[in-house]
Amino acid sequence: MKDFIIPWENGTGIQDDIDRGTPAKTGKPVTLTIDGMEITVPEGTSVMRAASELGIQVPKLCATDSLEAFGSCRLCAVEIEGRRGTPASCTTPVHAGMKVHTQTDKLRRIRKGVMELYISDHPLDCLTCSANGDCELQDMAGAVGLRDVRYEAPKNAPLANHFEARNTSGEANPEWLPKDDSNPYFSYDPSKCIVCNRCVRACEEVQGTFALTIEGRGFDSRVAVGAENFLASDCVSCGACVQACPTATLQEKSVIEMGTPDRSVVTTCAYCGVGCSFKAEMQGDQLVRMVPYKHGKANRGHSCVKGRFAYGYATHQDRILSPMVRDSVDQPWREVSWNEALSFAAKKLVGLQQKYGQKSIGVITSSRCTNEETYLVQKLTRAVFGNNNTDTCARVCHSPTGYGLGQTFGTSAGTQDFDSVEKSDVVVVIGANPTDGHPVFASRLRKRLREGAKLIVVDPRRIDLLESPHMGESHHLPLKPGTNVAVVSALGHVIVTEGLFDQDFIAERCDVDAWEDYKAFISDERHSPEATEALTGVPAMALREAARAYAQGGNGAIYYGLGVTEHSQGSTTVMAIANLAMMTGNIGREGVGVNPLRGQNNVQGSCDMGSFPHELPGYRHVKQPEVRKIFEDTWGVELDAEPGLRIPNMLDAAVDGTFKGLYCQGEDILQSDPDTKHVAAGLAAMECVIVHDLFLNETANYAHVFLPGSSFLEKEGTFTNAERRINRVRKVMAPKNGYEDWEVTQLLANAVLKETGGKPWAYAHAAEIMAEIAATTPSFAGVDYAVLEEKGSVQWPCNEEHPDGTPLMHVDGFVRGKGRFIVTEYIATDEKSGPRFPLLLTTGRILSQYNVGAQTRRTENSVWHDQDVLEIHPHDAENRGLRDGDWVRLASRSGETSLRVKITDRVSPGVVYTTFHHPDTQANVITTDYSDWATNCPEYKVTAVQVSPSNGPSEWQERYNAQAEQSRRIEAAE
Amino acid sequence: MTDAKMVLMANQIASFFATQPGEDQAAGVAAHLKDFWEPRMLNQLKTYLGQGGEGLHALVIEAGQTL
Repeated sequence: MKDFIIPWENGTGIQDDIDRGTPAKTGKPVTLTIDGMEITVPEGTSVMRAASELGIQVPKLCATDSLEAFGSCRLCAVEIEGRRGTPASCTTPVHAGMKVHTQTDKLRRIRKGVMELYISDHPLDCLTCSANGDCELQDMAGAVGLRDVRYEAPKNAPLANHFEARNTSGEANPEWLPKDDSNPYFSYDPSKCIVCNRCVRACEEVQGTFALTIEGRGFDSRVAVGAENFLASDCVSCGACVQACPTATLQEKSVIEMGTPDRSVVTTCAYCGVGCSFKAEMQGDQLVRMVPYKHGKANRGHSCVKGRFAYGYATHQDRILSPMVRDSVDQPWREVSWNEALSFAAKKLVGLQQKYGQKSIGVITSSRCTNEETYLVQKLTRAVFGNNNTDTCARVCHSPTGYGLGQTFGTSAGTQDFDSVEKSDVVVVIGANPTDGHPVFASRLRKRLREGAKLIVVDPRRIDLLESPHMGESHHLPLKPGTNVAVVSALGHVIVTEGLFDQDFIAERCDVDAWEDYKAFISDERHSPEATEALTGVPAMALREAARAYAQGGNGAIYYGLGVTEHSQGSTTVMAIANLAMMTGNIGREGVGVNPLRGQNNVQGSCDMGSFPHELPGYRHVKQPEVRKIFEDTWGVELDAEPGLRIPNMLDAAVDGTFKGLYCQGEDILQSDPDTKHVAAGLAAMECVIVHDLFLNETANYAHVFLPGSSFLEKEGTFTNAERRINRVRKVMAPKNGYEDWEVTQLLANAVLKETGGKPWAYAHAAEIMAEIAATTPSFAGVDYAVLEEKGSVQWPCNEEHPDGTPLMHVDGFVRGKGRFIVTEYIATDEKSGPRFPLLLTTGRILSQYNVGAQTRRTENSVWHDQDVLEIHPHDAENRGLRDGDWVRLASRSGETSLRVKITDRVSPGVVYTTFHHPDTQANVITTDYSDWATNCPEYKVTAVQVSPSNGPSEWQERYNAQAEQSRRIEAAE
Repeated sequence: MTDAKMVLMANQIASFFATQPGEDQAAGVAAHLKDFWEPRMLNQLKTYLGQGGEGLHALVIEAGQTL
């Protein structure tokens, strides 16, 4: 897509957005002369890019700087002194002393001739074309001075073309193809295609899906998707082809409907933990489209279907924009003013504390909200409620990472930036499905795999990454759910007993006594792959080969997800992973490391901000008086020195009658947390549940106060992604509910303080909250909005010692000093399969949907996934007489639900898999309340189940839906 | 929470520390409980210990003396 000439606003963090034609290179400096001007660029740079850096834009069509040069359009021809002909500037690298001319009579004639040919097969409907004003073909026609097209039709025959549906005699044109509107977000109009190949190359080089190709030769060349249409093809709707297209051939439907945008603001995606930077392109306060920002350091100009297209939820009719209250959950909601709602909530909360004690209420912060919002929510409970009852959804995803990496390395932080994967030689992916959960990172990883890096996947399912096109060596260790510790320890056993460990690194960087203990432990034969094979299901030789590949293959990097953490031994597996990285010396430089892939956009940030009940911001335990003092001085109150309740403990305490009130911001615990019936019982036992959200979510079925939230487009703040990168979220439109979310929390705090006589909060802007975070939290000391404007983003720690932030952790030493090996004995979960429940269920997510689906279900992403389905192996299906698409009953000790079945050998016999995106299915009715030993992170990934034929939704589902419908009634306004 | 769930959770913690080298496994259990269990959970455990602590791992019982 061409560069917009947009009046960039100061302070939006936008850097030079010019398309320089070919990618930037790194190399020693080379000086050359272009049009009489001297320029020095890195070796390997194209002449086209060097010219662009001088301010000279050589005409181009097939080149764009997100793709390697292709050299097909011939428009970028230049003349070089001492060389014959007119080489393409995109494919010609610079040389020292080279003298280049970009504008000569000869070049003008060539370019005009090229453009004339292009335009002879292009409809001249520019005024009504959706790319009008945003079309590179149009621009180039102007740039080369094309004034007429001389090609005429031969006598008695029409001029062959691709753009006229019928000729003047009304006969159908066999070369013409109709528009493909099958994708909900963009359209493909073959009549406007100039076959520049940019879309095909974007799909290959940037996305790595290889869904597109050029079929035919010469005049018959067409872009093809290898299926009936885009929707039916392998296309994952990442938008890279649309972005690369220089014409209206691949165009966002929103632009077709609304026209081109007139301003643009850089902001951060609100979906997964990759934290992609986007330009929100606007007309007034209407969002026209989201375009990935090429200077975004997490995504480097790429996107996925969610961030690029699935923003429609922000304006969905289901959004609730008025506060609502009710005395009991069987009543309909009553719309009230903000004042009334806040006063109602404050009186209830204060009353509960008076009646049941100071620790009878608490909060849940959200990993979907900003750092500033999260900080205020935990401050609300610590400074206003006077207890530490704060938790966050990271409890149910990455809390074991916090504990496990904290114990071994001294900090829970992921060790690398995403750029690091470009230097990896062996990549180990454990319990993660990046192509679906972290798609933009997956594209960057796939690029490295195509360059020859080896892949090791430890997962019960054969994930898509294992089927990456054009990848080299790969290993799949298809373990039985629940045996992570045994498998990762067996990898350690092979490395230690075969002498593949890095003795120098261990001696210099690690606690040697702990290493000796560990070495003796792990060398025992019971950890060998041969001994554990029967337990884990992983063939011993495959495991040995994978261990050797990781230990001996050069830079080894481990990426892991919730398939590691959401187990009864989640924390132990994290420690086992840290052990692997330390013993092989794969820590402290580019290309290596231990990298938790965070599920939601601000999981990292919400943990950093003190959301956990035992930690103040910056991971400092509440028992430390010197840490409490920092906050006591800042907040002017005395703080509780004892840890508060975690989410599962809150629900248990609610059922016990000692926890009575909850403020839940941006989370839907009824759908996302395990053992739905227990969550519902806990919520039902509370006397005041305040839900602060965009929608009446499932948790709101049990709420007494609803405070409407603002979308990420409507507020100022920051998100911190999985690489610890603090990125700005910028307000591009006014909050539709009237307030940014941090303002709502402040209003609630002040309503409570009014009741209790405390001093009200007075933040006037999110930047003031960040200033308080920086003043109280050493790892954020150097972060402020001015720094973020200047640098775009920074990775914490960012302080006096690291003023530019910290891309790599543990470079010269571990945060805790010496790295600590920890003994990791496998202990089987109590959740075991048996005669009644012979299969093991594991859960995950899919590309098009996100978490509980509250956002993505309210977009057209549902065309790809409109219901959760149960994947089952053909052998298990046959035993049960199941056919693909049948309804089945899925039952565990906790409960049962019904859903449709998909038969696939992607899962092993004995294992079934589903997603939890749809409340109609409520997969968490099935999951149990078993949890990680250290952190209470639920064991979502192992549930013993039985699958049997069914006729449709279960009685429970029907009852639940009826109750939900009843609970969502809103009283008509008087 | 039910006593059964509490016993399960406490025993899970003890099972980890029981595998660790050294002589201070019970201290590890006690420190972990103090760092992560909210006072009403610890009180429930203490009460249960006072009633005999049936089903609790030996390390939890030992740790209980320092809670």
